[in-house]
Amino acid sequence: MNATAIDKRTPDLSRVPAVDEVGVNERVARFQSRSIKTASKIEALKLALSMIDLTTLEGQDTPGKVRQLCQKAMHLHDAMPDLPHVAAVCVYPNMVGVAKSALEGSGIHVASVATAFPSGMSSLEVKLDDTRMAVEAGADEIDMVISRGAFLAGDHAYVFDEIAAVKEACGDAHLKVILETGELRTLDRVRRASVLAMHAGADFIKTSTGKIQPAATMQVTLVMLQAIRDFFAETGRMIGMKPAGGISNAKLAIHYLVMLRETLGNAWMTPEWFRFGASSLANDVLMQLEKQATGAYQSADYFSKD
Amino acid sequence: MARPENTLAFDGGWEYDPAPEATDHVHIAARYGLFIDGEFVRPATGRYFDTINPATEERLARIARAGTEDVDKAVAAARKAYSGVWGRMKPAERGKYIFRIARMIQERAREFAAVESLDGGKPIRESRDVDVPLAAAHFFYYAGWADKLGYAFPGRSVKPLGVAGQVIPWNFPLLMAAWKLAPALACGNTVVLKPAETTPLTALKLAEVIADAGLPPGVVNIVTGAGDTGAAIVEHPGVNKIAFTGSTEVGKIIQRALAGTNKSYTLELGGKAANIVFADAAIDQAVEGIVNGIFFNQGHVCCAGSRLFVQESVADEVVAKLKDRMETLIVGDPLDKNTDIGAINSKMQLDKIEEYLKVGQAEGGTLHQAGGRVPKKGYWCRPAFFTGVSQSNRVVQEEIFGPVLAIQTFRTFDEALEKANNTPYGLSGGVWTDKGAKIFRMTQGVRAGVVWANTFNKFDPTSPFGGYKESGLGREGGLHGLDAYLKPGA
Repeated sequence: MNATAIDKRTPDLSRVPAVDEVGVNERVARFQSRSIKTASKIEALKLALSMIDLTTLEGQDTPGKVRQLCQKAMHLHDAMPDLPHVAAVCVYPNMVGVAKSALEGSGIHVASVATAFPSGMSSLEVKLDDTRMAVEAGADEIDMVISRGAFLAGDHAYVFDEIAAVKEACGDAHLKVILETGELRTLDRVRRASVLAMHAGADFIKTSTGKIQPAATMQVTLVMLQAIRDFFAETGRMIGMKPAGGISNAKLAIHYLVMLRETLGNAWMTPEWFRFGASSLANDVLMQLEKQATGAYQSADYFSKD
Repeated sequence: MARPENTLAFDGGWEYDPAPEATDHVHIAARYGLFIDGEFVRPATGRYFDTINPATEERLARIARAGTEDVDKAVAAARKAYSGVWGRMKPAERGKYIFRIARMIQERAREFAAVESLDGGKPIRESRDVDVPLAAAHFFYYAGWADKLGYAFPGRSVKPLGVAGQVIPWNFPLLMAAWKLAPALACGNTVVLKPAETTPLTALKLAEVIADAGLPPGVVNIVTGAGDTGAAIVEHPGVNKIAFTGSTEVGKIIQRALAGTNKSYTLELGGKAANIVFADAAIDQAVEGIVNGIFFNQGHVCCAGSRLFVQESVADEVVAKLKDRMETLIVGDPLDKNTDIGAINSKMQLDKIEEYLKVGQAEGGTLHQAGGRVPKKGYWCRPAFFTGVSQSNRVVQEEIFGPVLAIQTFRTFDEALEKANNTPYGLSGGVWTDKGAKIFRMTQGVRAGVVWANTFNKFDPTSPFGGYKESGLGREGGLHGLDAYLKPGA
């Protein structure tokens, strides 16, 4: 990887290639028709577990709930040997401190949403304070939202500058930029927003907050992966990808991994470069692993919910 | 876009385990006779040939070789069935039989798909998702027309031609049989059909279906053999119509043989389609279209997009992306559900493709071929393309019929159109652009039977298919396909 200095100018979005939705659907259908069996399935399931950002983003979250989630993150299913732990626990800024101390020494990152999540409807100053507060409380990763209103209105420079400012406020914390693709609506916009975010300093680009439907789909994820690939070809910088929301079962997660492998190749097949933002995916993956090991499905009651 | 040395790695890492389609439900007999007058009979020649699995080089079955005497018997049976039953049957009744064949193909779809992949080498994903469903769709579509021919051609008397002789190729064995049989039967003709020498099995399985469907004896006769069997059908005086799909070379021989006879004929021959990618196209989807256009069915497709024209400003980007995409194509066991590119259909075809790989390089072209290993036994060709070639290169002019693409660049619309048409062929074409106006201009300018816009290799029974120039005469599919099996004129 020959990383070059980050170009701090708004990219020329008119040069971003068009996206054809029919073609994207066909490509996605091909990923879904891959048949993943036996050892390759087990490997994929374990990889998927290790890529999960275990998430709770509710107004009713309590320190107790967050501590439970952290416990689950570290002990997915101790009855099964050789399981990886998840990549991160994702919480609101005021819960970062709780998560940080609960996860101490585990190697699991604390991710925090910030920047007036999920709508982003606030001033830049508030968003930067929000970010700093999460970072100071110990967040390793910041999941920010872009100003969809400004983007849809065509004010790309505003969105660019905002991302760049948040990146600066992040310090050493990794920045994930949430495009909220369900509000961008078209794949062309998803592609352009991806390019904008990467040029502005995103370490990861992420589909959704999980608060808007549709959340992650394979279609938008593919378009974002292709944008990452082109950015890598142009600059030599690797950018991570995080589909979030709506990925609730193991089969779908494996389809995403197939898509990742055939679009970006092996270098991205690690939690360092790919994450699933999900709350219920982990247990379905665990049930599938149990099925692979024993040949039978166990009741969901045998897997702790949090 | 600049594309520095930042390359993606697709080898190693997480691999897909084999996911083979089960074949325990498939029954292939050790030996097949000729299907004449409603039953399987021994050939008068007493001779048989092997049909082999191109992925393993192992014999699948012994197949009867029909001689002139056998063809005589088949044509006589077809004539008798035409005059006695099928030609006079109430059209709605004919339709019922054809609907029944369509349903039975669906019921036995898994078996047909597996046999097609075993005998021809195509990936099970394609035989399962394309060949077999489309074959059934053709029977359904034409079954519906059987009692509505008067509405299809208002004011014209709709009389069948009589006995149709049909010779089909090895690239889509069952589908081509369906293309030929369905409209012929719907119009009230009877048929003598000869499947290709290397891929007779699904046609013989179809004969079983036809027998099970209770079709009157002699309505469909299936005779297997090589070129001489085909010639015997073409030259038979008792045949009223010849429908042929295959090479331009053989098509010319057939046309010569038919000159001066009263036989009607349709010929669906070779192609060297232009696939044109403009700079404003959705590039990633265009790359998929390029892959689909040339690597579908190992490139054994007469309408394959085998000549790629890319606008120069995006040429480097398209070629780089195509290279990456080719690394993710899985070449191997046709029965594996993850296989993208199966076995080359025969040793003969593999030799021909490899010859072209040499010719292209000898003429100064730069060959790029995807990496990866292929099985030891069987006939394999990793996907490939040539750059640095031009209209005067043989790999640009001649139909290779394999997974080998010839890439050229262009600067202006007019240059692309001129080069696209500068070929003796005219079967298909493709255009990729985000601008509707450019699509209309290009599709009207390209002289080819079908031109796809922002997609490739889309087939539907309602859509006519056929060629300009040396790509053939007449149309199959849709209403045009019916027309070819009815008496001409009023």
